[in-house]
Amino acid sequence: MEVLSILIPVSLLLGLVGLAAFFWTLRSRQYEDPEGDSRRILTDNYDDKPKS
Amino acid sequence: MSLAETPSPQACPACTAGPVAEAAARAGGAGDQRLHLSLPTIHCAGCISGVERALLAIPGVADARVNLTQKRAVVRTDESVDAETLTRALADAGYEAHELDPGALAATTGDAASRDLLMRLGVAGFAMMNVMLLSVAVWSGATDATRDLFHWISAAIAIPTIAFSAQPFFRNAARALSAWRLNMDVPISLAILLAAGMSIFETAESGHHAYFDAALSLTFFLLAGRYLDQRTRTAARSAAAELTALEVPRATRADGTSVNVADLALGDLILVRPGARVPVDGEVTGGTSEIDRALLTGESLPERASAGDAVHAGEINLTGPLTVRVTAAGRETTLSRLADLVSMAETSKSRYSSLADRAARIYAPVVHILAFAAFAGWLYASGDPRLSLNIAVATLIITCPCALGLAVPAVSTAASGRMFRNGLLIKHATALERLAEADTVVFDKTGTLTEGRPVLHNHDASNSDLAVAAALAEASAHPLAEALARDIAVPAARLADIREVPGHGIEATWKGDIVRLGRADWVGAAGDEGTATWLRIGLNDPVAFRFRDRLREGAAEAVTALRNAGLGVHLVSGDSQRAVLLLAEEIGIADWRASVKPDEKAAFVEDLANQGQRVLMVGDGLNDTGALAMAHVSISPATALDAARTVSDMVLLGASLAPLGDAVQTARNAKRRILENFGIAAAYNSISIPIALAGLATPLAAALAMSTSSILVTLNALRLR
Repeated sequence: MEVLSILIPVSLLLGLVGLAAFFWTLRSRQYEDPEGDSRRILTDNYDDKPKS
Repeated sequence: MSLAETPSPQACPACTAGPVAEAAARAGGAGDQRLHLSLPTIHCAGCISGVERALLAIPGVADARVNLTQKRAVVRTDESVDAETLTRALADAGYEAHELDPGALAATTGDAASRDLLMRLGVAGFAMMNVMLLSVAVWSGATDATRDLFHWISAAIAIPTIAFSAQPFFRNAARALSAWRLNMDVPISLAILLAAGMSIFETAESGHHAYFDAALSLTFFLLAGRYLDQRTRTAARSAAAELTALEVPRATRADGTSVNVADLALGDLILVRPGARVPVDGEVTGGTSEIDRALLTGESLPERASAGDAVHAGEINLTGPLTVRVTAAGRETTLSRLADLVSMAETSKSRYSSLADRAARIYAPVVHILAFAAFAGWLYASGDPRLSLNIAVATLIITCPCALGLAVPAVSTAASGRMFRNGLLIKHATALERLAEADTVVFDKTGTLTEGRPVLHNHDASNSDLAVAAALAEASAHPLAEALARDIAVPAARLADIREVPGHGIEATWKGDIVRLGRADWVGAAGDEGTATWLRIGLNDPVAFRFRDRLREGAAEAVTALRNAGLGVHLVSGDSQRAVLLLAEEIGIADWRASVKPDEKAAFVEDLANQGQRVLMVGDGLNDTGALAMAHVSISPATALDAARTVSDMVLLGASLAPLGDAVQTARNAKRRILENFGIAAAYNSISIPIALAGLATPLAAALAMSTSSILVTLNALRLR
């Protein structure tokens, strides 16, 4: 059961990383246009290099 | 935000890099401005890039970004570009576009409330997953120190999360309780708090059952429902603001300066240019013109106006410039008085209690009584307060309205999303349910079933007549002249001395003869009924060009679909007998009335309501506002007057009426889904409550039951899409 002392912090850490990623997506307004974003991948604009 | 950056030349392959780079260089300076456009017809990836490419090709546009979810575009330009340039460019590219007032939008674009809810939802979600993970170990048999450790870690995650994520429920519950009322949030808050509190106590006492995961999943599912609700509502509210943004709030004074309509005082002289909407109620002091009163009266023929005549806010000046003395401005105008009438109607509509409200009113007391009965019963039977409290809390958690909280928002999100994609915007929270109940539909004619603009219908003119008529028509902004110029395919003749006689028509010389195009009495013809303009060349007999109002796109389909859905269809118009009869025959409505005054329209709708019918009113003009407000549920097209749109429960965003039929069907399906969802929630409760009351509920059972019922309800709602 000693492995728990590693696994539990690791799982908590991973959870926190996920949460931080979620905060970042929210802050950078990635949920403003879900409909449009799902379709933009179909166009070939900015395929060569990202829009600066 | 990255979209504020300058675009690279690749941003638009269709345009040269020159103007863009130039615009980019100027952007960011003092002339930088943001324009907002509404794009009701876009629906795919091709539309997004098409619109953005068309916008970026305009010199002076620095950046353009389309939001497909809101069907809007934000365009960053320099001062030289105005919204009209943009909408015209988009119209040329084949996209319908309207300008929006960023001032009216500013309050809603931030949308802080729904982002706040999303943040709380995300936190609750992550905490729930982690605690569930730890709980799996406990459920699968961890004991003693391990179980206690896992419980403590769960507590360390759950307590701060609940303190943060469940705040909206706590706040609402506190507000309700301080007013001595019960709402849905009271049992929710109680269940979350009791579950957390009891779990801490059990953990401290090394008990077997802790409900941290249940408390968190409760918070998560309920927040999900709350978030969906909020999003639907803000979308509607921002779109409503969007529509008010289409109205013209400015006027031109007689000396040429432009002022805000709100700043006008009684007695001020203002100038109304041909083609512009009259901003105030007033009296004409100079100029002659024709006035289009269609929005106020439904009358499709323009009326002549000259010095001494009264004009009203909302009417459109057609041919000549008018000077108007203000007799009523701002809140005193006919338009605003009607808008006040409208706010009264709003309150009467808000008294309609939605299915969710009715369910909550029964639900909250039942849950409290059940939980209290469980506690009292077990205390009496066993004499063990800890066990009794445990069972009472389990009952409270298990009956907690996860499914009930999702039942309505999940369905209305799916339904309003579907309607929005079809171009129909729901403004009022209970509109969907009321639309589902509608059994009669009353249509207005001008501007609703028809486009409110004339098209050439028939004439007996020769080719040379046509050429002269086309040349004369090109010189005027009168709607009949514009229609003529548009609909005549013959090349225009060469005329000299073209001049417009405001209120009468256009005059010119052609091969030495005087030619006139205009009103029957001016040209010298015996006028007859119907919309017509007359052409006279020299002393020849006058030739008539007859017009009719074109049917709006999708009007016939909508009428057929509504009739098939079992609704009685009526047509009520302020227009003349003949015009209404023609249209009623064309579209197949047997029950029609013509020359109906605005108050008679409202009375007609009220009569139907008194006979027990639920009326859906579809109209666009000021003369419809009373009827729209009186009806059980109302819809207006986006081209409708501000007051009419304000009072309507739903607004058609595009030009077509076709979404109406589907809307009624969707609303009915939505109502059926909501009832089914209540059924699912009730079935689930009827199984789980006895189990909880018997003291057999475990945290595992609670977690399973809660998730299954919530997911079932959501899946059922998604069938609507």
